[in-house]
Amino acid sequence: MSLLSVRDLTVSFPTSDGVVRAVRGLSFDVEAGQTLGIVGETGSGKSVSALSLLGLNPGADVSGSAVFEGKELLSLRPEQLREVRGAEIAMIFQDPLSSLHPYYRVGWQICEAIRTHRRASRAEAMRQAVELLRLVSIPQPERRVQAFPHELSGGMRQRAMIAMALALRPKLLIADEPTTALDATVQAQLMELLGGMQRELGMAMIVITHDLGLVATVADSVLVMYAGRGAERADYRTIFHSPHHPYTRGLLASIPGAAGSGGRLVPIVGQPPSLIRIPSGCAFHPRCPFAMDVCVRDQPAFVPVSGGEGHLSACWLPPDAVGVDPASDGARRRFVEGRRGPAIARLRSAISGARAGGGVANG
Amino acid sequence: MVDAGVPVTPARDLQPLPAPLPDAGPLLRLENVVKHFPIKRGIFFKRQVGRVQAVEGVSLEVRRGETVGLVGETGCGKSTLARCITRLHPLTAGRVVFDGVDITQLSASQLRPYRRRMQMIFQDPFGSLNPRRRVGSIIGDPLAIHGIADGPERKRQVQELMEVVGLNPEHYNRFPSEFSGGQRQRIGVARALALRPSLIVCDEPVSALDVSVQAQIINLLEDLQGEFGLTYVFIAHDLAVVEHVSDRVAVMYLGKIVEMAETAELFGSPRHPYTAALLSASMVADPEKARSSHRVVLYGDVPSPINPPSGCRFHTRCPKAQPLCSVEEPPLRVQPGDPGGHLTACHFPVAPGERLVGAEPAISAAVTEYVASSPGAEEGTP
Repeated sequence: MSLLSVRDLTVSFPTSDGVVRAVRGLSFDVEAGQTLGIVGETGSGKSVSALSLLGLNPGADVSGSAVFEGKELLSLRPEQLREVRGAEIAMIFQDPLSSLHPYYRVGWQICEAIRTHRRASRAEAMRQAVELLRLVSIPQPERRVQAFPHELSGGMRQRAMIAMALALRPKLLIADEPTTALDATVQAQLMELLGGMQRELGMAMIVITHDLGLVATVADSVLVMYAGRGAERADYRTIFHSPHHPYTRGLLASIPGAAGSGGRLVPIVGQPPSLIRIPSGCAFHPRCPFAMDVCVRDQPAFVPVSGGEGHLSACWLPPDAVGVDPASDGARRRFVEGRRGPAIARLRSAISGARAGGGVANG
Repeated sequence: MVDAGVPVTPARDLQPLPAPLPDAGPLLRLENVVKHFPIKRGIFFKRQVGRVQAVEGVSLEVRRGETVGLVGETGCGKSTLARCITRLHPLTAGRVVFDGVDITQLSASQLRPYRRRMQMIFQDPFGSLNPRRRVGSIIGDPLAIHGIADGPERKRQVQELMEVVGLNPEHYNRFPSEFSGGQRQRIGVARALALRPSLIVCDEPVSALDVSVQAQIINLLEDLQGEFGLTYVFIAHDLAVVEHVSDRVAVMYLGKIVEMAETAELFGSPRHPYTAALLSASMVADPEKARSSHRVVLYGDVPSPINPPSGCRFHTRCPKAQPLCSVEEPPLRVQPGDPGGHLTACHFPVAPGERLVGAEPAISAAVTEYVASSPGAEEGTP
């Protein structure tokens, strides 16, 4: 049984401009000791879905199911959820400066996390805090426990966050863009630290990122999100070498140095959609080079495709349309020929008429 | 570098610049550029108590039509150097020679004709455009300031620029807030292009953009380079992007260039231990490469540029440091066996195929020890 099993998670925010449908029926599993990478662009719903699991989205309408070790997270009372949060599921955020409290010393904040969940004297908790800071390679930890967050560098702050998250030895760590604001060499330090922790503690991780390089380095399996839904899910090799969904395929072609890219980059035209006005059918269809009439009309289901075991994709292309090579692109193109009718023609003329999309000129 | 896969919209009036003379020398030459920022204390009598040595003696030549990438981590001085090139910062010492003319000491009015020929594109497409002004006037500003075009002629030229960078000319009267990040960066590109510059300094031009949009801007910059014969100084912290766009790359650490070479040469056989560590730390979006590569993890943080280490500035974190490194600063020079354009500032350069080992025991060893010592946090474990 999976450590965490999320089914049909839906999150929306009522706003004055309309309902923002941030997550629209997302399902995924996290196995004990494994790392799931969730990849997506701004507004794909990747952070919102993680925050919703821990009840950290006040004001949102959340439905669906998220079972963690037999407990249904979405129906826990706030005080029950508080016991899970931090102790069993910990989270680290992108910006450690805004997630550490600026008024309190770093050591105090780590002690607070420990003493909320465990019976420990102040001195004992402080001793642990020093030990944890030493563990995450913060120099002079005895002094640094007395430091305020602004006195630490970005890398050190993120390490302090990791120390806090690991203080209680959680079974699941959710890392939301853990290295985005950091330099490459600091990223490498942190990922080595997290990897070591994971091996030793047998902890599972969800790494939420827009960085395909990070996913290629640390993830066991990958979930690609687009406009609040899962677009594709597979083990990391399949995602990079035999992707099925044209969005995944497009991401790989647009990143310098990615597997399967070479020479000139091929950008995805246009930009991610507004979550208030999500396109009909498959939300990716206005940007998809393989869009067919059916894509405009009907939303594809998240179904098994042939890239490998457990490979799921939400796309109307045939299940065997996987790969990143020109031959597989050719097969995709041949398939969509004859399946593009009036709906695609309307879409084309709307785009060339308005020319509003930033990338249309390049497409 | 540039291939003609997807042509940019043909420009009517924006004719390509005449091809540069083959022996016209480099477009830009930096000679020993130094930039210090004073740190002052006191209210009435501001005493200088120290200085941030942001750029410390950088020499670099940029040839016509090439793209030079500048890489380095936060605080290495790459953005300060960019601002020194365009004279947005006065230099503390050294010279900036643009197209054969020393522009270091020119007054603002003397500088103006040269400003026309060197433009900047900034990282943040939200912060670099005035939210209260319309796109047309933002892009038209350079034309107005330099008295190039007025009235309907200015509007015509601006709309042409918008078309060149892939914006809809009908959006002339819109505000920046009505555009997405990628489109705003196109506005920034159009503004930089308005005066038909020879040199564009791009300071992290794609870092703030979504992955799928990054490629649109990178391709646009490449197309424009081909069409208008532009020379780029391209600053980025994403090594894969720099590798993709640059002809040559310079690596900076704490205000100094530590290594410089043709792109393929630098990425293929880095000689400076810092370059090697930086390259090994970058995570490429290719699982086989990302997992097989031997990662050199550097420990500690970049030292403060207020008080940089003696000798080689990297010696405090260098896995190969010897006593000599803390005493004597290595010159930037061609190392034995390297091609002429490959310069490295290191006493003990990395040999081809050599594996660097981290200077301290691996973090994972510390973790193992911590778990074994088990400080009692393991309450309620089965």
